[in-house]
Amino acid sequence: MLLLLTLLVPLVFALLLCAVPSGNKSLHKTIATAGSVVAFAVSLALWFSFDKTNPGFQFTTNWMWIPSLDIGFRLGVDGMSLLMVVLTTFIFPISIIASYDSIHDRQKMYYIMLLLLQFGLLGVFVSLDTFLFYIFWEVVLIPMYFLIGIWGGKDRIYAAMKFFIYTMAGSLLMLVAIIYLGQYGQNGGFTGDMQKLMTIAPTIPLDAQQWLFLAFALSFCIKVPLFPLHTWLPDAHTQAPTAGSVILAGVMLKMGTYGLIRFNLQLFPQASLHYADLIAILSVVGIIYGALVAMVQTDIKKLVAYSSVAHMGFVTLGIFSMTAEGVQGAVLQMVNHGLSTGMLFLLIGVIYERRHTREMSEFGGLAKSMPVYATFFFIAVLASVGLPGLNGFVGEYLTLIGAYLSDHLGSKLYAVVASSGVILAAVYLLILFQKMFFGPLTKSENASLKDLSGREIGMFVPIVILCIWIGFQPNTFLSVTETSSRAVVGVIEGLKGESRYADVAAARLNPNAPPALVPVKGMENVKIAPPGTPPGTPSSVSPVPMPMPNSKKEPIRVKVPADGGPVQLPPPKR
Amino acid sequence: MTQTDLLAGLAIEIVSIFALIIMLTDALVERSTRLCETLSIVGLLGGLAASAYAHLTMPGQTAFNGMIVVGGMSTLYDAIFCGAGIMTVLLAREYLTRVGGMFDEFYTLLMMSIAGMMLMGHSADSMPMFVGLEVMSICFYVMAGLMRNKLSSNEAALKYFLLGAFASGFLLYGIALVYGSVGSTAYSAIAAKALSTQFPTLFWVGIGMMIIGLGFKVAAFPFHQWAPDVYHGAPTVVTGFMSTAGKAAAFSGFVGFIAPTMASGVPGLEKAKVILALLAVGSMLVGNITALAQTNVKRMLAYSSVAHAGYLMIGLAAGNAAGWTGITYYLVAYLFMQIGAFAVVGILERENGGNLTVDDYRGLARRRPGLALVMSLFMFSLTGIPPFAGFFGKYYLFNAAIQADLTWLAIVGVVSSVISVWFYLGLVVIMYFREPLGEMEGGEASISSRTALALSIIGTLLIGLIPQAIINIAAR
Repeated sequence: MLLLLTLLVPLVFALLLCAVPSGNKSLHKTIATAGSVVAFAVSLALWFSFDKTNPGFQFTTNWMWIPSLDIGFRLGVDGMSLLMVVLTTFIFPISIIASYDSIHDRQKMYYIMLLLLQFGLLGVFVSLDTFLFYIFWEVVLIPMYFLIGIWGGKDRIYAAMKFFIYTMAGSLLMLVAIIYLGQYGQNGGFTGDMQKLMTIAPTIPLDAQQWLFLAFALSFCIKVPLFPLHTWLPDAHTQAPTAGSVILAGVMLKMGTYGLIRFNLQLFPQASLHYADLIAILSVVGIIYGALVAMVQTDIKKLVAYSSVAHMGFVTLGIFSMTAEGVQGAVLQMVNHGLSTGMLFLLIGVIYERRHTREMSEFGGLAKSMPVYATFFFIAVLASVGLPGLNGFVGEYLTLIGAYLSDHLGSKLYAVVASSGVILAAVYLLILFQKMFFGPLTKSENASLKDLSGREIGMFVPIVILCIWIGFQPNTFLSVTETSSRAVVGVIEGLKGESRYADVAAARLNPNAPPALVPVKGMENVKIAPPGTPPGTPSSVSPVPMPMPNSKKEPIRVKVPADGGPVQLPPPKR
Repeated sequence: MTQTDLLAGLAIEIVSIFALIIMLTDALVERSTRLCETLSIVGLLGGLAASAYAHLTMPGQTAFNGMIVVGGMSTLYDAIFCGAGIMTVLLAREYLTRVGGMFDEFYTLLMMSIAGMMLMGHSADSMPMFVGLEVMSICFYVMAGLMRNKLSSNEAALKYFLLGAFASGFLLYGIALVYGSVGSTAYSAIAAKALSTQFPTLFWVGIGMMIIGLGFKVAAFPFHQWAPDVYHGAPTVVTGFMSTAGKAAAFSGFVGFIAPTMASGVPGLEKAKVILALLAVGSMLVGNITALAQTNVKRMLAYSSVAHAGYLMIGLAAGNAAGWTGITYYLVAYLFMQIGAFAVVGILERENGGNLTVDDYRGLARRRPGLALVMSLFMFSLTGIPPFAGFFGKYYLFNAAIQADLTWLAIVGVVSSVISVWFYLGLVVIMYFREPLGEMEGGEASISSRTALALSIIGTLLIGLIPQAIINIAAR
């Protein structure tokens, strides 16, 4: 119920906003801010009532929607999606507050669009039904399209159309894949149930799995964006209004990486192994290419946009290392990128409101006229560079470790080359900082600029706190996603005959059957059949070993406390 | 003719009788426009009620010696025809008065054509199907030329008549050839014989000619040439009616005759499936690509309706239960979004064809925010973006194609949907992102037009959100 509430709050407030007359401008701001703050509060409650040790999905709802096609209103979160939900609800109030002074034209519609966007994004992260997921995926598109097209910069129409057509092209292929995948469910009919599909999909013949993998991956990689599918991003970022860029970088790009983990890795483990090297190479190319292109930009916003291509490269590299470290690092890096790049875009928005330009050469010596602004900018730059003690370091470090240690990637060189991307990031970001803030005040307009207002400082402080928090105590967040990352990795390992996390993966696939973990008296050594293997599933390859407690390993014993207290699951072993 | 027969055909009878009453009213009563309007709506509501009654009490039953069938899909077809009729009546008076085409005969023609369509939707035999088709078509020929002092309208009527008559000839000759080889005109008999006998070439030639004749009526490639000119020249309300209800009627005939044969699993049918799939591909691509180049909104929607015929043909090519349900669902969805879009075009249109080009829609969101919002909804739905009705329609049709091992056809459908983004959203871009060129006159909608718009919006949203309701009826 709590999850449903989180999802519905933005929608309800958007509808509420529709009813307000368009003249009452301050009321629009109040309602929009209230809506996003309430959503954040509810999601915090969700965060604290989340059970970290449970590998299955929590707060689930399962309401039939179109029974004849087995499509349902199925929601639920695991650690990874919970983190994304909280990231979304965290970014939105800040984006809304950031828009107070910059948006005057058609203000009511603007805030309605923002709230609808939040509704769509939350929906993407909490859907457990392929059909529902697709609907939310597309729902996100429309408000963003209007945000760029109406409130964007000079070339906004071009950017909006490019954004829409790129994403639509990818997502429609995903629709075909969703339908095709669904055909494997319930006796040849369609199913949208993700949890059912998680057991069915890995048994699909390899050639079909590869096609499905590619169709899903294309759609997600456009969104990430993975080199060479990134060309829509600089345009969309540069033309979008500040809040649009923040949400685009902070949350929307994560839809792609989230999808890669949730769909590609979890559903098509064999195909993932097959294509891991391809994606890793493209990620590394993206890391280097994005950094090099960022170096030569003169428009600050474009520079940060290209740096996103590089940063998201780390995330995809981490995901397709398919190690626990890599996936954990990738998920954390998704949050980090949202925070640091989101903050950079906010800061750029602040200066753009004052100077109406984003050309680097127009600035210089800003540290003298805007010391507070310079401080926050410096923190954001350092976070983005990956300085130890701030958030970026932990995530990048974990993804690189994961990629280096991975048995699934063909070469250790990926990690080596990718780590040079960290250095390149330092180069372009520090040059940017130097050009903007140091040196003499060359332009007279810059001398009289007002420093940050209280509202603006209020926007940045929570982000800075989180950046430092993650830098020093990443475990707060890593511990939430640990079980779900292990469950995903466990599926892959099951294929290779390894078994570190196989128990977690099996427990996710069969959440209602703890007997696999709890030995019945006198039957401790009875082997249990792989959960949910559909009998007689056509397969052109050798039988797929299902992720489950491996026979080489002792069955997992669960201690039942003598006093009849709650059953304690053993901690996952390394 | 028994009492059951009369009861089963009650919906068609009610609409036909009201058509006659309206004709008499028009002749006998002075200034009868309002009266005719009311009578049409009452008649259509009566038809709907009778059809619902038949669906509930005698689903799947045949009447008139197996000539017509009631309940299930035919009920949905009735709902489409009557619904389209009601919305058209609500929109017609204001629009036709403005463009100088208001003759009370319009209502008679409308009711007659609906009676014809309903006959097609109910037919279980090629003869009533053909009779229904002709009744509908002849009414359409006249309605296309309602603006009789306008050259384009006259051109539309004449073109439609000449080509339409030709197509009817094809269809009838096809029916005759099939009768010659099978010995019956009933669909079930054709299907049964198809299984048991070795077929002469004659049978396949007959089937082919029927596909051509019906392909013309649904405006599928390569028989679509008439559609843009006719849709462009005809009064906008009539265009909206023809392109939704007319298309639905033709598809009801198509499904009616092809479904039992497909279900029988005749060996040679694979070839027919390939032909239908190719027609679908051609319609989707040609319709969408030519729509890209249009600067007139009405013409753009006309070409895009060719593309929608293509999406619907996917269901025919799939030839399975999901395909038939998908077609019916899509027709319902298409009814709401297409009539809605044409309603907005009609409300904005001025006499002498003003306000019809894409440039006239510049900055519409500032001048007529309500209309712009509504139009965007229809555009999104026509593109196939969830959660609107058009999306689920496409979803179901692609689902049918994949079930029938025609994944490539679904992919072509997807690609052509991406092409259609360009012009559908292009209109949204024009309305929202561009500044107006000058003052725009008109665009105030009357109460009845607003009601029709409201109906189409509710329909587009509601059946997009609860598709199961429609599927349940269609599957009976």
